[in-house]
Amino acid sequence: MIRLVPRQEVAPAMVYLSPVIALAATVLFGLILFAILGFPPLDPLFNFFVKPLLGPSGITNLLLKATPLILIAIGLSMGFRANVWNIGAEGQYTIGAVFAGGLALAFYDIDTPLLLPGMIVFGILGGMAWAAIPAFLRTRFNTSELLTSLMLVYVATQVLLYLVHGPWKDPDGFAFPETRLFHDAATLPRLWSGTRLNLGWPLALIAVFAAWIVMGRSLIGFQIRVSGAAPTAARFAGFSERRVIWLTLMIGGGLAGLSGMIEVSGTIGQLVPIISPGYGFTAIIVAFLGRLNPIGILFAGLLMALSFLGGEMVQIENGLPRSVGGLFQGMLLFFLLASDVLMNYRIVRVRTKHAQVATS
Amino acid sequence: MSLTITVSILVSVIAAATPLLLAATGELVTEKSGVLNLGVEGMMLMGAVTGVAATLLTENWFAGVVTAAVAGAAFSLIFGVLVLTLRANQVASGLALTIFGTGLSAVIGTPFVGQPLARLPVFDAPVLSDMPILGPLLFGHDVLVYVSIGMLLAVAWFLNRSRLGLVLRAVGESHDSAHAIGYQVIAIRYGAVAFGGMMAGLAGAHISLALTPFWAENMTAGRGWIALALIVFASWRPLRVLAGAYLFGAVTIAQLHVQGFGIPIPSQFLSALPYLATVIVLVIISSNAARVRLNAPACIGKAFAPAA
Amino acid sequence: MGPAASRPRLELRGISKSFPGTKANDNVDFTVLPGEIHALLGENGAGKSTLVKIIYGVLRADAGDILWDSQPVEIQTPKAARALGIGMVFQHFSLFEALTVAENIELGMDDPGDRRTLHARISALAEQYNLPLEPGRHVHTLSVGEKQRIEIIRALLQDPKLLIMDEPTSVLTPQEAEALLGTLRRLADEGRSILYISHKLEEVIALCHRATILRGGKVVADCDPAKESPRSMAELMIGTRLTPPKRTAIEAAGPERLVIEHLSAEPPDQFGTALRNIGLTVRGGEIVGIAGVAGNGQNELMAFLSGEQRAPAAEMIRIGGTPAGLLGPNRRRDLSAAFVPEERIGHAAVPDMSLVENAVLTGHRTAGFVSRGFMLLRLAGQFAQRVCDGFKVRHPGIQHAAGSLSGGNLQKYVIGREIQQEPKLLVAMQPTWGVDSGAAAAIQQALIDLAGRGAAVLVISQDLDELLAISHRIAVLYSGRLSPPRPTDQFTIEEIGLLMAGHGAAGAADQEGRSAA
Repeated sequence: MIRLVPRQEVAPAMVYLSPVIALAATVLFGLILFAILGFPPLDPLFNFFVKPLLGPSGITNLLLKATPLILIAIGLSMGFRANVWNIGAEGQYTIGAVFAGGLALAFYDIDTPLLLPGMIVFGILGGMAWAAIPAFLRTRFNTSELLTSLMLVYVATQVLLYLVHGPWKDPDGFAFPETRLFHDAATLPRLWSGTRLNLGWPLALIAVFAAWIVMGRSLIGFQIRVSGAAPTAARFAGFSERRVIWLTLMIGGGLAGLSGMIEVSGTIGQLVPIISPGYGFTAIIVAFLGRLNPIGILFAGLLMALSFLGGEMVQIENGLPRSVGGLFQGMLLFFLLASDVLMNYRIVRVRTKHAQVATS
Repeated sequence: MSLTITVSILVSVIAAATPLLLAATGELVTEKSGVLNLGVEGMMLMGAVTGVAATLLTENWFAGVVTAAVAGAAFSLIFGVLVLTLRANQVASGLALTIFGTGLSAVIGTPFVGQPLARLPVFDAPVLSDMPILGPLLFGHDVLVYVSIGMLLAVAWFLNRSRLGLVLRAVGESHDSAHAIGYQVIAIRYGAVAFGGMMAGLAGAHISLALTPFWAENMTAGRGWIALALIVFASWRPLRVLAGAYLFGAVTIAQLHVQGFGIPIPSQFLSALPYLATVIVLVIISSNAARVRLNAPACIGKAFAPAA
Repeated sequence: MGPAASRPRLELRGISKSFPGTKANDNVDFTVLPGEIHALLGENGAGKSTLVKIIYGVLRADAGDILWDSQPVEIQTPKAARALGIGMVFQHFSLFEALTVAENIELGMDDPGDRRTLHARISALAEQYNLPLEPGRHVHTLSVGEKQRIEIIRALLQDPKLLIMDEPTSVLTPQEAEALLGTLRRLADEGRSILYISHKLEEVIALCHRATILRGGKVVADCDPAKESPRSMAELMIGTRLTPPKRTAIEAAGPERLVIEHLSAEPPDQFGTALRNIGLTVRGGEIVGIAGVAGNGQNELMAFLSGEQRAPAAEMIRIGGTPAGLLGPNRRRDLSAAFVPEERIGHAAVPDMSLVENAVLTGHRTAGFVSRGFMLLRLAGQFAQRVCDGFKVRHPGIQHAAGSLSGGNLQKYVIGREIQQEPKLLVAMQPTWGVDSGAAAAIQQALIDLAGRGAAVLVISQDLDELLAISHRIAVLYSGRLSPPRPTDQFTIEEIGLLMAGHGAAGAADQEGRSAA
């Protein structure tokens, strides 16, 4: 019989080993899954994990997809550290894009270098405004931010749909539900000509670095961590729960809004009905896979970006549905949660005369 | 508004409420045992897709419904192993279940997308079904409508009147006490999780076999989350779950009918209505913190690790 | 009267049980006879709880045999234990707060029968053994003593031949405890065996026929309590001689460091206790003790003092002369106040964080561990090291998690962390709860020394012996009301016991409260 014996402290080696174990298990199960679906398993696996990175634009595509994932996950991870369950980043992303896009459309005729910074600010504000609703409801009425933030995703989607079908529809757009294309002044500059990579990627790296400093070294980061690890101790230490809730939701919403701005300004170039392949939800996986640690999130974001590209690739090459990507994401998170048990527990084989009695 | 229209609206409310009621009834039992499973949406999608697949493959609706129930329960056990045996975080595991279920159901459902299938058969009683008003309200629904109400009443009796129900509530109230007295906390919770999964599977089947009889990716459209909110709304009481499900069913139907009366509201606003209503209801209920605390199972969301 | 010599009811042979890092039971032998009240004595961590959990089937021994009525048995579950005729009353009640008394009792029975008959049986038993209880009440509305009665009735309904009582009087007033001992004697007279776990030695001498003493998981003595003294048994339990902490006389009354005046407040929810017109002054140089049975408002009072809960008005609590009732914990620490809550894990310390970060927890303002929003972890580390050295905290390293320390060492760290900052006021709740006597003596001495350096110390504790040993003055908290404090040497245990049970001066405080309102 096998039994879990709690460790007195988290095993440091397992913190790094566990994601690797999870990834290995996911690849293994992927093989089995493809075999069940009737494919020679190695081919789609190659197409999923390796092929997207080949070719001249492979890496830039990866970074482009990883940008919103990393930005959003950085914000969410701070909340998750504090037991603030913002799972509505998808909505905050959408409203950020709407705010930024709205500004771009409002100043459609004016060519000013101030427009782009204005859109960044508006994107952040939009995300914050959307996240402020669950923050307010949680601190004022004690309403679970988990359910409210999620419900607001659906509302945000409808807001975007209403705008692109209605008031913001491109007058010359042949009745397609989309806005006008943004002008150059409202488009994020490319980092190098010839690639699609834009200013968003360095912003994501800055966010990673800033979060690393804040969470590890600052009193605010300490407050966030204590609030999650031991809420009663946080109150005892004089850290305000209300403040931590507001702070983490504002950071999470702001970064999600910024991602929405980056996506519509840098990648899409206009508002359309669907502006996200589910970045806000995948970022939840990124946050956990990265151990809620900024550096971990950087790598997890790249891996999850690969799962989007891999999903597209197996769709093209093998005729598999694109949602294989989501399948891999879910599996990876499962295996990670499962292997995390090794961090906090030792697995011990118990051999006593009572071994036949199942206790776990 | 004529009587016939009113009755037909009520009939559609009953249909719309049924998946919510099925899923919420299952999750109520899960939560009463002290486990928060946020994977309802994923389990519903698994039920929806396997229900369609089995119905199309066997050409038998009953096989479809049973498959959905079994698939929902089996799928919930992945979550069960994670949180009960491996003691993983319940919130993260539930989210993972939903994300995984969304992906897996899409992959399984690819060959079936858009294939039409026969709606679930309805229950008609001779003569009685033709009664005015009562006839269409009581009869002519598909079998899962009756199952949903029957299961809810059964759960209400189980929780409040039966000994096993008392044990289940006790486990959700204090797993340490229940363990000390000698109850198999983990086994009881596995049962509750599997029941929740089975009911979510049935809820998914009702969507894909009765409400809109075909498979489409992500077709549950957040109903699993609304079911979760319903339980908070109902303060963990079975009969209030019933009332809540029909209330939410009514809100869902309202969006379809308001436009019919020529009220000039953008359709997107109406589509957002059920989600907005959920937020508002949650605010009203949770602002009474004392009541939530008294009714919510005290151990909800906490991993149980017996002192070795 | 003693039990007739006969076949043992329960016999343990060579029971051993190990946990990671410790051997909780090491080759334990002992027997309990029919009709015998048998004491199981030992310090915290001596292995008493593990042993009874093995007897009751909650845990399984790694090695050894259990004989019941001379037959070898394997007790794999509590249910199997109950089937044999073993009943147990836990120290930490295994009750369900949101359920009723009857539901709680039903849950503890394997064959409860129908609910109406059960109600009648509960009432009958309650009357027979003088354990008044209403079957329909919700548990969260009951006092600690009433909750214990549920446990006892639950066990008695099974008609047990052996009843295990784990520290039953630690939560009772002296008078309630006396009544319970009477009930237990009656049960023994009926031929039932009782295994009585305690560290209250006078009680054991008064009640028990035999005593088995555990130390470090091993049986160190098997004796007749009537032939022993509390001192001789204590030395067997501890293994060495201990010097009890010495309270110093106050030389001159210091300034008023803490003044509580007319503090009344409603509880945040129905599980709490309302505070009624509490008044108390603690001066520099003195230790004031607040006695009382758990659940009479101690947690609420502590939360109002530490600032985790704001008082209704600023003037209700004054720290160093400053009205502090509306201030949060930080601002109160700025006034040179320090606090030690009851719960070490998760309240006073974050178990998953290092000792260094746990130093920042309360020192982030007062000890200067933060500069321009950033933590000065080197400084905090030096501080943590000083605390560990100064208070002899045994630890694997200051970078290791607080949760890896033993209970006693973590408590020394938590108390040391506050004392190291030299507060002018220290409020400590249950400072030695659940720690071994070596650590307890060190902590008590540290509190006395702090007062000796001129600080005011307020100790809220359920351990009356501790308060009698270290406090200069004692007040009693009952049902949210605080009796006027009196010098410790002018109090008898009987008087304190009456106050703890709600008799005596509480009426006077009530009147005062009304005139104030």
